[in-house]
Amino acid sequence: MTASPPVTITSAGCLRGAQFCIPALPGTVAFGAVFGTVAAQKGLTFAETLMFNSFVFAGASQFVAMEVYTAPMTWGVIFAMVGVVAAVNMRMLLIGASLRPWLGQVPSSRTYPALFFLTDINWLIALREYDKGERDWGIFLGSGLFMWCIWSLSVVPGYFFGSLVSDPKAWGLDVVMPAFFIALLIPLWKGKRQTISWAIAGGVAVLTWYELGGYWGILTGAISGALAGAFLDD
Amino acid sequence: MIETSVGADGLFVAAVLMMTAVTYMMRAGGYWVMGRIPLTTRVRKALESLPGAIIVSTILPIAFKGGVPVVLCIIVSGTAMALLRKDIIAVVCAVAAAAAARAYGF
Repeated sequence: MTASPPVTITSAGCLRGAQFCIPALPGTVAFGAVFGTVAAQKGLTFAETLMFNSFVFAGASQFVAMEVYTAPMTWGVIFAMVGVVAAVNMRMLLIGASLRPWLGQVPSSRTYPALFFLTDINWLIALREYDKGERDWGIFLGSGLFMWCIWSLSVVPGYFFGSLVSDPKAWGLDVVMPAFFIALLIPLWKGKRQTISWAIAGGVAVLTWYELGGYWGILTGAISGALAGAFLDD
Repeated sequence: MIETSVGADGLFVAAVLMMTAVTYMMRAGGYWVMGRIPLTTRVRKALESLPGAIIVSTILPIAFKGGVPVVLCIIVSGTAMALLRKDIIAVVCAVAAAAAARAYGF
């Protein structure tokens, strides 16, 4: 192994991390507000909504859990909610795994609390910057904390004034996330290895989605793509 | 209104804490496992290939579900990013394209 520069953390790095999130803001705020609206419609109290949203902090899985939710709560409902949340968030196992080379040098007493703030967005931003030679892991932490604050606040207007954001589709806000993900994907392309492994990932994901529906395609596609990438040469 | 908005149901709180725990286990679990697996060239190449593979696997089913506006949005975002290398411009163009496609009835 060649020696790479040491991994550090600075507040300037945290701030830059937060700035990198700006393109994702409209989508995140709209998505969070819609969650507030759904929670209010389903009869959650404001305190329950805030707690759910800020503790779990995983957008898609929160919506799916609300689909399963019925009042009054029973242990059956609880296990169903926990089960769907686990299924939707399983991709985080892979996301976290891919951060090991980046954060592995940082003491675990710091990385494990910071991993609470792991989302698709700050993960992608952190990896993109690592690729460019960045070694200030404030990029990861700052972007994670920033997204957590935005996500925690965005639910409030949605809870009280739901009708304002009843149709984010009309403004195209529902496509901000896919658009941002693609924009983050492009710089990762280097050549044949990416073309083939992404094609395999996409094919497997679509087939899985077609056969099973839901979120399993993310997992099967990602693992097939990573395996292909491991055995392909540049 | 006040009491319903401040209170929280005991079982609901239990559900939230369990969902939080299970999500954190996913967030930290993969990272933890990779600390116990030697980082061979093959493992490193697999980890390097993961991000792209995850994005593609996430986006393609969304595109299939979303139809013309979402497909258009993805094409515009990818093209703008490849040409200009500015993520915020790519996102703005892509969202505008999707909104326009919907306005024309797709």
